[in-house]
Amino acid sequence: MTKVYVSSVIPAPAAEVWKLVRNFNALPSWAPFVAESRIEQNAQADQIGCIRSFTLKDGGRIRERLLALSDYDLSCSYAILESPMAVENYVATLSLTPITDGNLTLAEWQAEFDCAADREAALMHQIGNGIFQTALGALKHRFGR
Amino acid sequence: MVKVCQSTIIEAPVDEVWAILRDFNGHDRWHPAIAFSEIEGGEPVDAVGAVRHFRLNDGGELREQLLALSDKDRRLSYCLLEAPLPLMGYVASIRLKPVTDGNATFWEWRSEFQPPAHCRDELVRLVTEGIYQAGFAAVRNLLKRRSVGSPVETRPPQAIVAPPPPIDMPHAAPRTAPGRTATTRAIVVERYGGPEELRLRDIELPPLASNEVRIRHTVIGVNFIDVYCRTGFFDLLKPPGVPGMEAAGIIEAVGPAVSGFSAGDRVAYACPPVGAYSERRNMAPELLVHLSDDITDEIAAAGLLKGVSASFLLHDVHAVKPGEIVLIHAAAGGIGQLLVQWARHLGATVIATVSSDDKARVVERLGADHVIVYSRENFGDAVMRLTGGRGADVAYDAVGNDTFAGSLAALAVRGHLVSFGQASGPVGNWDIGRFASKSLTISRPNYAHFTDTPEKLAPHVARFFQALRQGVVRIEAPTRYDLANAADAHRDLESRRTTGALVLMPKP
Repeated sequence: MTKVYVSSVIPAPAAEVWKLVRNFNALPSWAPFVAESRIEQNAQADQIGCIRSFTLKDGGRIRERLLALSDYDLSCSYAILESPMAVENYVATLSLTPITDGNLTLAEWQAEFDCAADREAALMHQIGNGIFQTALGALKHRFGR
Repeated sequence: MVKVCQSTIIEAPVDEVWAILRDFNGHDRWHPAIAFSEIEGGEPVDAVGAVRHFRLNDGGELREQLLALSDKDRRLSYCLLEAPLPLMGYVASIRLKPVTDGNATFWEWRSEFQPPAHCRDELVRLVTEGIYQAGFAAVRNLLKRRSVGSPVETRPPQAIVAPPPPIDMPHAAPRTAPGRTATTRAIVVERYGGPEELRLRDIELPPLASNEVRIRHTVIGVNFIDVYCRTGFFDLLKPPGVPGMEAAGIIEAVGPAVSGFSAGDRVAYACPPVGAYSERRNMAPELLVHLSDDITDEIAAAGLLKGVSASFLLHDVHAVKPGEIVLIHAAAGGIGQLLVQWARHLGATVIATVSSDDKARVVERLGADHVIVYSRENFGDAVMRLTGGRGADVAYDAVGNDTFAGSLAALAVRGHLVSFGQASGPVGNWDIGRFASKSLTISRPNYAHFTDTPEKLAPHVARFFQALRQGVVRIEAPTRYDLANAADAHRDLESRRTTGALVLMPKP
């Protein structure tokens, strides 16, 4: 099992950041590499079990299932159903924690997955830096004052 | 039940912050509210179940127990056992997380407790601001001071439990090829004089005798006795010679008649003959001490001579008893800091003297009951005032000329003056008839007479290492100098600018 962890400080209150990221269908509005997204079968975007199907700007298509969403813990977890990345058992969690000192937010994004041993380093880099840290960077920029 | 949660971002790597916070007994070094802390029963600081007993600056005493600690998750939790305030059922936890873009740390501190209704708001504010927010600011300051390299307050919390520094040299260096003379870099005193007489030279390293070991020094201790050797006040060094009586290092080679030591062993020593200010030296192994993994080279080199001295000064020259009043001069210095902590532990009331307010703060945090800044106040008068006219039972005086007369005046009837140094110059001639006015006793101990055989030395070493392990004494990270800059170290030591110990690093 391979684990990836990234985190970032977002310059906004956690409740405000959560309003944006809790929407499982909202990736195109803040993740710079996502072109468009829809929730399959007319489900609600916060319904546990719903599936988002989105395309990347490079054309790749990914389907992910919402596994958990907590407005109390400000966290959501999801699994990859289909992707071009050749990963298995991929489960990721995005969570927010209020930073009381300055009214900021700690955003954490972590994932666990299985993959071929020779692809591990590249995937960790691609997921950790290319996707998670890039997206958190965009979030940080969006709330930047 | 109220819940309090405070969090912040510290601009430092998570492992650095964790190293500070995981030391359950280290909070007195950074939290401004805490004067002194010790772990009961000598438990390790990170043992679940360990109880820390600490005193606040306002005199309040608390006991807290470590409930859980995880280096993997970087979190720990603890509960309050006894406190002067009704923080009933108080359980707190600390956790750290890395901020991966950049090199910062998220730190969350939360707790739950059941305050009485009438003081609920007051206690919540005390915990939120007085403990947690003040703690955040204090650790931030500690890290800032560390990064600018101030010698004050820089002892790392895991000073005595940290693993030894990585060793990047082979354990057993090849012996010198026959026919070639080995050399080593060393500080040589060509003639007695000032710090400028400490010069770096390549000197010959004689072939190893059968009853000797060869040591590669990793850290070398600097002591006032080295100054006395340099100036010729003591004749332990005959020019040209290499000063230094204390170092830690690794055994490189062992003579055939030596037993009990092997190449690769970590050792330290604090004894004549002089010669420690060098990269390598040959030495008879009788007074070498094996170092266990929980004592770093740096702590050994910074503390062994001072720790052994403190051991015989407090236990043999004068056996300090609970309730005695002990006066300690130069209390912010290397040995002064040890004497203050240890005398406190022995149950004495400690009155310390220092030359500046900065040093006073250092000494206060070590647990001195009273600190006198003698540049501002006559310490003899102050001791009499603090003791209701009784005076001190014993005075430890390594300052010499400047303080000798005052120390005599500050003693109680049948008091004991232990004069063990003369940093400000020799004390001159005194008429002992005057000592009868209070039946005073004077001691002038010589280090060698307490340490020159393994039988004499071993109990002091054992007692000192035990005190370190139990947190009875702690040694702040010493100020480092390159071996080549030994003269700077002596200048700083003699100028009284320094606090704590000074060491020389053979490999910069």
